[in-house]
Amino acid sequence: MTIRRNTQRLSLSKLGSLAESLVLQILLFGGSLIMLIPFVWMVSSALKQESQVFIYPPQWIPDPIVWDNLQVAWNSFPMGRYYLNSMFIASAIVVGQLLTGILAAYVFARLRFPGKNIIFMGFVATMMIPRQVTMIPSFLILRNLHWIDKYQGIIVPALSHPFGIFLLRQFFLSIPTDLEDAACIDGCSRLGVLFRIILPLSKGVVSTLTVFVFMSSWNAFLWPLIVLNTQEKFTIQIGLAMLRDEMGTNWAILMAATFLATLPVILLYLVAQKQIVRGITLTGLKY
Amino acid sequence: MTAKTVSKRGSRRRWSVRDREDFWTGLFCLTPAVTISLIFVVLPIIYSFYLSFHQWSILIADKPFVGLDNYRRLLKSTEFWNAMRNTAVYTVAVVTVGSALSLFIAVLLNRKLRFQAFYRTAYFMPVVTSTVAVAVVWTWIYNPHYGMMNYLLRLVKLPTNNWLVDPDWALPAVIIMSIWKNIGYHMVVFLAALQQIPQAYYEAASLDGAGRLDSFRYITWPLVKPTTSFVLVMNTIFSFRVFGPVYVMTGGGPMRRTTVIVYHIYQRAFEMREMGYASAMSWVLFAIILAMTLLQRRLTSKGETA
Repeated sequence: MTIRRNTQRLSLSKLGSLAESLVLQILLFGGSLIMLIPFVWMVSSALKQESQVFIYPPQWIPDPIVWDNLQVAWNSFPMGRYYLNSMFIASAIVVGQLLTGILAAYVFARLRFPGKNIIFMGFVATMMIPRQVTMIPSFLILRNLHWIDKYQGIIVPALSHPFGIFLLRQFFLSIPTDLEDAACIDGCSRLGVLFRIILPLSKGVVSTLTVFVFMSSWNAFLWPLIVLNTQEKFTIQIGLAMLRDEMGTNWAILMAATFLATLPVILLYLVAQKQIVRGITLTGLKY
Repeated sequence: MTAKTVSKRGSRRRWSVRDREDFWTGLFCLTPAVTISLIFVVLPIIYSFYLSFHQWSILIADKPFVGLDNYRRLLKSTEFWNAMRNTAVYTVAVVTVGSALSLFIAVLLNRKLRFQAFYRTAYFMPVVTSTVAVAVVWTWIYNPHYGMMNYLLRLVKLPTNNWLVDPDWALPAVIIMSIWKNIGYHMVVFLAALQQIPQAYYEAASLDGAGRLDSFRYITWPLVKPTTSFVLVMNTIFSFRVFGPVYVMTGGGPMRRTTVIVYHIYQRAFEMREMGYASAMSWVLFAIILAMTLLQRRLTSKGETA
């Protein structure tokens, strides 16, 4: 008797949990539709004839599919050039930030250096100063250096960022020092310890930082907008914003251009999702 | 640990050699990062403070000292207050609705679930996409005649409107887009916090007959509270700095109804060349952001000790 009642209760609770997960799935699926529809809409519009864009009700699947739009968008503004510019700027910033960040974080995590904690607090404090607040004087400083409308005007100010220093320091602190002590007895120099022992153990956090810095540099808008004036120096974001002003209502080509501009970052995201999530988690929780 | 014992026992000379090596290595390692920060963060903040007491249109070399005039002027400026109000409305809406939705989705996702990887990817996708790209796509979505927004609204029999060209709906349109773009970021932060809560708590609660809502209220909510504060601060700071969507989608209009503070500063500084006045506004913005950060930190640390 008791056994039977038990199984009955069990199947009931099973039914309940089944219903619950069904509701969950419906909620989450509906939500993810809302998140993805704009992307689908972008791709769908990008592959339509201009006349088809202005059909009501809108068609989700273009007929015919106009692949040529991508070509037209690529040629209608010097997109290849913008790609190269963005790639160059973002890569330079990544390399610079990794280098300055690794060196500084190593001092904060390991070396005996007078006043290092105060200097570190200074860095953390600068995280509270948004770039938007300092954009005017930064622009004026660049002007005195004659760096307006030059790539170094975007790259050099971004060569160091407290976020990277903070992230790397946290990670270095979590590595046990035993290995380094052994190396020191063997007569390894301080920088040797960093490059031979600590860095090989930090591949994960370094790749996280690489992805983060690359994405934020690729997506940056306000600062390149202020610094750059000539078209052949534009980054992809500036180019896209200008194209939106020029093209006005040619939505098919505009969407094709937007699609091309977002493609690298979305691909990078799909490949490096784990790194991105870890980066947010590390800084999000230990802030 | 070992270093300490060695330093006590070992000879002083050996340590001073090592100290010296540390000093020179440290100097070498810190110089690049410190130099960049000094020139492009510390110097600008001082320089902008100086500028805010001067009147300077960049074209003329002369910058007369005007005392507090710039600050007085902005306090009286209807355009400044309009920008502040728009920014405040935007911030409150994005922070409250956005953070609540992020937490809600994180709670739903925080269990073993089919398609979980897909959901995470989908919710996070807008975060990595550039603001400009997203803003261009949403401008098209908000097109009054052929846009998808009004089409979907008509499908579910809701009233449509002209979104970005309607003075009353332009700011809400920008807000909706921003919430959509940033949900994923804070969702990931919340998920990380939720995963730290031991499953045993929930099991114990459900044995005691607690429902889903009870577990949320008595277990989840108190334990993610520090994270909630963190998300609120970050979200507030990010929202106060909004610029890209406004630049691309509305250009501050219609009727300046979407002119937010950074956009206003940008226009004053780089279109009208009023560097002094724009610097004064930057300092007000900085003071507000700083005050909010400190306030939230204080609230957070109190919550932790209590």
